Amino acid sequence: MSAKKKSSPVRMWAMILLITGLGIAFYKSEFLGIPTTPEAQAEVWTIQARISFKGTGGPAKLSFSVPYKTPGFLKLDEDFISSRFGLTTETERDNQVANWAVRRARGDQLLYYRLSVARSEYPIEWSIKPRFPEVPQYEEPYGQAIRAILDDVRQASADVESYTRELLAQLNTQQPNENVELIRKRATNQEEWVREIINVLKGVKIPAREIWGMTVQDARNNVQLTPLLQVHNGKRWITYHPTSGAQGIPDDYLVWSVGQNPLVQLEGGTDLKVEFSIVKSYQELIEVARKGTYQLDSMFARISLLALPVEDQNVFRLLLMVPLGAVLMVFLRTVVGISTFGTFMPILIAIAFRETQLVLGLVMFTVIVSIGLMIRFYLERLMLLLVPRLASILIIVVLLMLVISFITNGMGAERFLSIALFPMVILAMTIERMSIVWEENGAGTAMKEGFGSLVVACMGYLVMTNEYLMYIMFVFPEMLLVLLGISLMMGRYTGYRLTELVRFKDMAKYK
Amino acid sequence: MKMRFAWPWQLRKAGIMGINERNADFIMRFNPRRLYPLVDDKLKTKQLAIDAGIAVPELYAVLESEHEIQEIMPLLDKHSEFVMKPAQGSGGNGILVVGGRLGKQFTKASGEPITVDQIRHHASNVLSGMYSLGGHPDKALLEYRVRFDPFFEHITYKGVPDIRVIVFRGIPVAAMVRLPTRESDGKANLHQGAIGAGIDLATGHTTFCVHHNQEVTLHPDTGQPMSGIQIPHWDQILRLAVGCADTVGLGYLGVDLVMDQYLGPLMLELNARPGLNVQLANKRGLLKSLRRWSELEEIPKCPEERIRMAQSAIH
Repeated sequence: MSAKKKSSPVRMWAMILLITGLGIAFYKSEFLGIPTTPEAQAEVWTIQARISFKGTGGPAKLSFSVPYKTPGFLKLDEDFISSRFGLTTETERDNQVANWAVRRARGDQLLYYRLSVARSEYPIEWSIKPRFPEVPQYEEPYGQAIRAILDDVRQASADVESYTRELLAQLNTQQPNENVELIRKRATNQEEWVREIINVLKGVKIPAREIWGMTVQDARNNVQLTPLLQVHNGKRWITYHPTSGAQGIPDDYLVWSVGQNPLVQLEGGTDLKVEFSIVKSYQELIEVARKGTYQLDSMFARISLLALPVEDQNVFRLLLMVPLGAVLMVFLRTVVGISTFGTFMPILIAIAFRETQLVLGLVMFTVIVSIGLMIRFYLERLMLLLVPRLASILIIVVLLMLVISFITNGMGAERFLSIALFPMVILAMTIERMSIVWEENGAGTAMKEGFGSLVVACMGYLVMTNEYLMYIMFVFPEMLLVLLGISLMMGRYTGYRLTELVRFKDMAKYK
Repeated sequence: MKMRFAWPWQLRKAGIMGINERNADFIMRFNPRRLYPLVDDKLKTKQLAIDAGIAVPELYAVLESEHEIQEIMPLLDKHSEFVMKPAQGSGGNGILVVGGRLGKQFTKASGEPITVDQIRHHASNVLSGMYSLGGHPDKALLEYRVRFDPFFEHITYKGVPDIRVIVFRGIPVAAMVRLPTRESDGKANLHQGAIGAGIDLATGHTTFCVHHNQEVTLHPDTGQPMSGIQIPHWDQILRLAVGCADTVGLGYLGVDLVMDQYLGPLMLELNARPGLNVQLANKRGLLKSLRRWSELEEIPKCPEERIRMAQSAIH
């Protein structure tokens, strides 16, 4: 026995648990986009590509570029709809291509590709690391114009980023000089314009490429893919708008493919046509998060309870609420100082209340315990041994439940049947304990403890049926670590209980 | 205006110890768990006390089986007055005091009649673990019924008043006497309405009295003042309490004693988790003394010296 007080590691453990639990939850909500409220809804866009062509009667093969890496968006669902065609998908670096093939294609052929996406903050990196391009042999006088512009730009810039920004500003200026005019004349549309800029950038060995995508803002048809310019600064790809010069991928821009690969290629057919349409809908955020996390490369996303079969999910929904009830119990006993029958009895009663609803549960509990107590007092006179007496009380409890169910069923109240879910062993033990306390410490103490148990059970019920808490516990089960930390801390709580503040109230006057 | 509650800092200032602090900082630190069985089982406590020469009520018999209960008659013929208690009971539960016999009929301490069958049933309940912690099967002890010192007669309603001394690291820190009332049904249990009277460790005089956490001066049933009474054999009581603490080895211990008219102070039971009412009865928090003694590196071996330390610390 040592007189020296050892410093307890409880606080350290509690802190580790709290920080770990809250950290994981924060990571999940911030970076995986898992919502912290059950009602949150997410905008979901469904993009449909309708691909039609005329078969020539022979074998047909069609390759279609589909989105693979979509910064700012999370792919939720992807469907390839093609009746007779065989489908394979291949992934090459940052692109994915769907290959449809059929032995014989005659007449109108129709293929659909459908993709739903939702916004996401999850960072996505492209894997391609480009080589530095060769400086091309520009033809004159075009080459001279490029060199003149490049020289101008070089004086006004420090690195790849500022260089590109300055170049785009000069090439898109309102008052172009003759050099710019010369270059502008070579491009008739945005696609050619992007390629022209890439070509110019080769002159200073800056690797650049085009990306294709679409603006997903509202529901519309006849959506066109538009190109953006990307340059590589040695570390990562930076995106620019080819005419406005705006840096970064716009928020509503969904990247479809990367590089110069054609969107669609067809062998053995004519009249190829691709039409895009976009539909916007709302889905529950949690559902979005659930679908999305499958595709994320995150351990925390993979071990989600939402990945379990629905029946198992329901079991866990209840199971995860029990620790919450237990922590409430600990709080009410150590910090508030309410006395109850048995340590966890009120929590078990609260679980039963979940099924019967609160008011009904309270009435049932009171009725069964009261009648049980009366019968128990009679049993006392029969002087039975303890275990047979407990068994008798248990049987009487079940009988009472049966009788109540019959009576109420006759009255057409179906919900009363749920009384069968009451933990009868717990009820029997409660009756026994209460009768002993009654005899030993008087009716007052028995009533007080019985009432205390019911109050705790009610609070437990309210906490354990709270929609929001249920959601949080289910989606962020790491909260169990937080609960463990809290109960460790309360395990070393040496302050006064609230009831002691009343009990010792007269002592405040003395020193 | 009367205060409905005290602020935590007020209690802190008054040195009041709460349940949580008692459990975490004193019981867990100073009471090794392996010693608990010695005090949780009254049979073991008694044996230990007898070996150490500590005065206890005489043990008549131990009932361990239903068979022994059925054969209880010869025992009852021998002793018409006895106390039956569970070996592992807690909080004074399950104690039956038989105070006399009229032919086949026995009477309880309260004067209520009790049949032999009822006595057997009580013993059977005890054996089945009804009163033991955790419901373990238990033993029933039959022992000498204390003839309480008439000294307490005018401030007691039936039952036996008992004296509790809190001993910390072998040093007494507080004491009180618990006086039964009509309300407590002759039991010396404060929760059931018995009166707690603080005792000045130095002099053995009763100081303040509380009834249901409220200060009182007169016994509610006898109408007699309860303060300023000199407890007889006070030094002997303190030596007995300190001796118990030394024997059992628990650092934070409640020693319950009774005053027998003929035999003097007898140790009834020991408690490894004594309650906090002693603070109310003494109008004094325990923390100041407990902290002071817990900081001591070395505790004197000599019991008399420790008692002197305790008595001089109070004044």
